[in-house]
Amino acid sequence: MKLVIAIIQPDKLEEVKDELYRSEINLITVSEVLGHGRQKGVTEFYRGAKETGNLLRKIRLEIAVNDTFLEPAIKAIVTGAKTGETGDGKIFVLDMKECVRIRTEERGSTAIG
Amino acid sequence: MNSGDTAWVLISSALVMLMTPGLAFFYGGMVRKKNVLSILMQCFIVLCLLSVQWVLYGYSISFAPGDGFWGGFKWAGLAGVGLEPYADYSATIPHQAFMIFQAMFAIITPALILGAFAERMKFSAFLAFILLWVTFVYGPVCHWVWGMGGWLRKLGALDFAGGTVVHINAGIAALATAIAIGRRKNLDKNVPTPHNMPFVVLGTALLWFGWFGFNAGSALAANGLAVNAFVVTNTAAAAAGLSWAFIEWIKNGKPTVLGAASGAVAGLVAITPAAGFVSVIPAIFIGLLVSLFCFIFVSRVKTKFAYDDSLDAFGVHCVGGVWGALATGLFASKAVNPAGADGLFFGNPQQFLVQIAAVAVTLVYSFAVSMVIYKIVDSVMGVRVGEKEEAMGLDLTQHHERAYTILE
Repeated sequence: MKLVIAIIQPDKLEEVKDELYRSEINLITVSEVLGHGRQKGVTEFYRGAKETGNLLRKIRLEIAVNDTFLEPAIKAIVTGAKTGETGDGKIFVLDMKECVRIRTEERGSTAIG
Repeated sequence: MNSGDTAWVLISSALVMLMTPGLAFFYGGMVRKKNVLSILMQCFIVLCLLSVQWVLYGYSISFAPGDGFWGGFKWAGLAGVGLEPYADYSATIPHQAFMIFQAMFAIITPALILGAFAERMKFSAFLAFILLWVTFVYGPVCHWVWGMGGWLRKLGALDFAGGTVVHINAGIAALATAIAIGRRKNLDKNVPTPHNMPFVVLGTALLWFGWFGFNAGSALAANGLAVNAFVVTNTAAAAAGLSWAFIEWIKNGKPTVLGAASGAVAGLVAITPAAGFVSVIPAIFIGLLVSLFCFIFVSRVKTKFAYDDSLDAFGVHCVGGVWGALATGLFASKAVNPAGADGLFFGNPQQFLVQIAAVAVTLVYSFAVSMVIYKIVDSVMGVRVGEKEEAMGLDLTQHHERAYTILE
């Protein structure tokens, strides 16, 4: 079992979701985050003060997958999110120790799907 | 008694009342999320506190005909302040209409100051400071400029709607308190940014709207002078909004909404003393230039001298008010208001000197007494919140309240 964490551009979310659904991956958690990689931020001005925090809006996806679905998930995210420009984002893959479906208390691979 | 005048003054009173909540949103949007309720609460409580103080003794010390410096307590509890006109102030409206109109000015003036010490003042100390301030600073200065027998009024100082009484007064008190209370923690690492710019714009709109009552209502009659004040108020605000936006465009590369809004407010401040004495072309100059002066103070002078006037109460209200008062000495014309005077550009340089005197006296008096009051309150109860409380935010620590729920 793996946990896939993806950081993508906010305006790519709908395309990524469509690609995931197409690969039969329907369970997903989405949150708004701030961040940057090598992408430069925008300087903000508030009266006299210059704010150069550089953090930009991103979307974070968390998807739990069985091992067979790992590559399809990665491919779906890349297809939906890639533009070829800096700022496309990153995917992190973590080994997942356990997964529980709260409603039925199932565990393991059956709980993921 | 004139029903048109009475109706207009009552409406103007309501318009000026709306400026205090408007100010609350103007300032509230500029602070961090964790402090927005403290701004709203301070403004709201001032509305409550001053409304009561004014009828108990505030109106009396400012407007009762005492001596040149102090009105006295003859009209405490509004004794002798009835529904018949009091001719020395306004012959065509009930005396209480004049009183309630003035109440709204007394309410918003202390509210202006809170921009200077935003995000770090204890609520209890705030109440004590404000009450002492309106009694010993606003009360007297108001009497000097507008009260019967007031010595600045006798000197011939022109202040149509409160450039000196309200804006210079509050603005320099803001500087005093900003210096006394000290800079917010971690200011260089953590540039505080406005948490809700839409609130700032909404607040500006309410202020602009209410200011028609502030300036045009000060004619105390539904007549040509009120119309003049209305027209120059709108024009100066507009010119100043454009001016600030363009200054930013040139200096920083882009015009910001905060800049345009700040400019409009600065323009409204500057035209306040002049509204019943100048015509529309001078109003444009007054508006165009105030943004330049305020911008310099807000961005250059503040950084250079490192005082943390958090929301630029000094930079906008004091600087704008000083320019407005001096500009009145330049552009005033008896053609606009025969009961006023001519300014320097109309052949009467004496008026300019009188304006300088009134400005100087107010600056010195308000700064000094505000500082004294601050020190007294500080020694009795401590004014500034502790470091941990400042970090957690005033909403939670001073009011046990959260402005925006996180989950539901």
